[in-house]
Amino acid sequence: MVAIDRSTRLVDMDGGTVSREIFCNQEIYDQEQERVFGRSWLFVGHVSQIPKPGDFVVSRMGEESVIVTRDKQNRVQVLLNSCRHRGNVVCRYDQGNASIFTCSFHGWSYDSTGALAALPFHDGGYNEMDKKAWGLLAARVEVFQGSIWATWDHSAPSFIDYLGGAEIYLQTDLLGTDGSDAGAEVLDGVVKWRLGCNWKVPCPDVDRTHGWITHKSLADALGVGPTGMPVRRGPRGGPQAAQGRPRTFCVSFPEGHTMGVTVPSEDDRNWGDSPLWQDTPVVRDYLRHAYEERKKRLGKMASLSVGPAIFPNEGWLGRVIRIMHPQGPLATEIWTYFFVDRDAPVEVKDALRAYYEHWYGPGGMTQQDDMENWYNLTMASKGPVARKLPLNYQMRLGDPPIHGPSTFGLPGLFTPLYSDENHRAFYRRWAEYMEAESWDELRVREPVK
Amino acid sequence: MTEGTQTAGQADVLADQELRLRLEIEDFFYREADLLDDRKYDDWLDLFTEDARYWMPMRRNVSSEEMETENTSELHDMSWFDEGKATLIKRVQQIKTGVHWAEEPYSRVSHLVTNVRLLDVGPSEVRVKCRFIVYRNRMRDEESLFVGKRVDTLRRDGRSFRIARREIYLDQSVMLAKNFTIFF
Repeated sequence: MVAIDRSTRLVDMDGGTVSREIFCNQEIYDQEQERVFGRSWLFVGHVSQIPKPGDFVVSRMGEESVIVTRDKQNRVQVLLNSCRHRGNVVCRYDQGNASIFTCSFHGWSYDSTGALAALPFHDGGYNEMDKKAWGLLAARVEVFQGSIWATWDHSAPSFIDYLGGAEIYLQTDLLGTDGSDAGAEVLDGVVKWRLGCNWKVPCPDVDRTHGWITHKSLADALGVGPTGMPVRRGPRGGPQAAQGRPRTFCVSFPEGHTMGVTVPSEDDRNWGDSPLWQDTPVVRDYLRHAYEERKKRLGKMASLSVGPAIFPNEGWLGRVIRIMHPQGPLATEIWTYFFVDRDAPVEVKDALRAYYEHWYGPGGMTQQDDMENWYNLTMASKGPVARKLPLNYQMRLGDPPIHGPSTFGLPGLFTPLYSDENHRAFYRRWAEYMEAESWDELRVREPVK
Repeated sequence: MTEGTQTAGQADVLADQELRLRLEIEDFFYREADLLDDRKYDDWLDLFTEDARYWMPMRRNVSSEEMETENTSELHDMSWFDEGKATLIKRVQQIKTGVHWAEEPYSRVSHLVTNVRLLDVGPSEVRVKCRFIVYRNRMRDEESLFVGKRVDTLRRDGRSFRIARREIYLDQSVMLAKNFTIFF
């Protein structure tokens, strides 16, 4: 475990640098599987994927396969997909409905709580074996506005404490557009693809300065930004990027969560009036109405719409959750979940789906270029010479963050949008995980909420 | 001449017509592959009808008793691609900017089309199934291989065809390349 002692040197947040080793070193990777993925709360799915008892989807926690299912008592269970007998997978499918998971090797069978229900030759074959001790490993599970989170660490804080105040942001896109509780659902079909970069590369949010460079082809060819919104041109004809909207900030938490937040105002535009939907009347009219309902429920906070990156590997892009599953130091499997309002008319769901498919994911006109950069920066950083050069996270270093609760009545630490402070918060927290022996050391004493 | 031999003669004529049609369609597919691989994207777009649909579902591992859920369903579920001509045009515009980094410089791509079979021959449209192998090589040594099936609906247009509908069934569940910058 050499890497533990080195982690403070690997991440120098006072100097604003990060060693490239943490993006390519096998030893560090092995350690973060234990210390980061073994202890944090991880997003594994959404209740709309498993509406009935027995429904299941297979998901991942770190490198490992887990079964996310609903037991007979309607409780959500997250079970390690590895037979206690000889280790084989007990679920060979991505999704389905089953009351029993039977291993295809020797037939050990488990119910949807993970309990060992039956095994061939039990009578007479296993003297006095306590079946209760040989169930599938079950994770701790919490459901937040329909989203399902799990951790292997029973000493971890509750999920709400883990969020440390970020729950007001996490809920914004999990609510219905009309503000109703758990009003979102996942469209059928989790988008899964693999790319050659370390899992951390896409994680910290927001990286606003990359937008006009990485996604320049969208502005040049189509006159739109990375979300498909028309580009506002500045005085010299270029995109009006500069310092962004003055009410939009990078927001981070000591817990390692990072995001971009636009502080709500009374005169915020109705979401249905966005230029994105002006040629799609069915969406425009639906959103206009739903947004008025949202205002009744949430008041001034109605316009708050944030895709928070919850530490370690969850993030948002529009109304899309994307999870960066580690696949070795130089590879990541990204899974994305596309959300729509559960009760929206089918034409609205269709139009939003087509929008997502066009811009996001591996075929999306926006994300294709991100993947190109993430892959190439990985390949160009793993050599013995490049590896010794630190990466620069110094934008607005030494610019103290603004205390959100006392300044804006919103949780988190605020810095201007064009800043690396969110990246620094992410890597600072990552180093803490890598060094800490237990959750006692990781607990945040003074949450910013 | 007996009735039986008359039928056999007609069958021969029909078989000849189908053979000829299949050869015409194969030739159409080979020309299309050349347009893509020679990066003549605007000419490629011209092969599509104005109302064309270009759809590529995702594939999943499901029980053999639930094969109807293997592919995500059209219109309702997520897919890799669900495009019309207007959005295909936008993709081509993006590639041609010279700053679409995922295709700058251009990848080297070869489309191989094979196993061409006529599924349904109508007066104005023909449904055709085939296999594809698409090889992409880019930058110094990056390689991707896409293999799968295609079901095309071709609309007769004078002496040739235009593509009215393309269904693409990639033989992968987790997509193993970093992105789709190519057309199928």
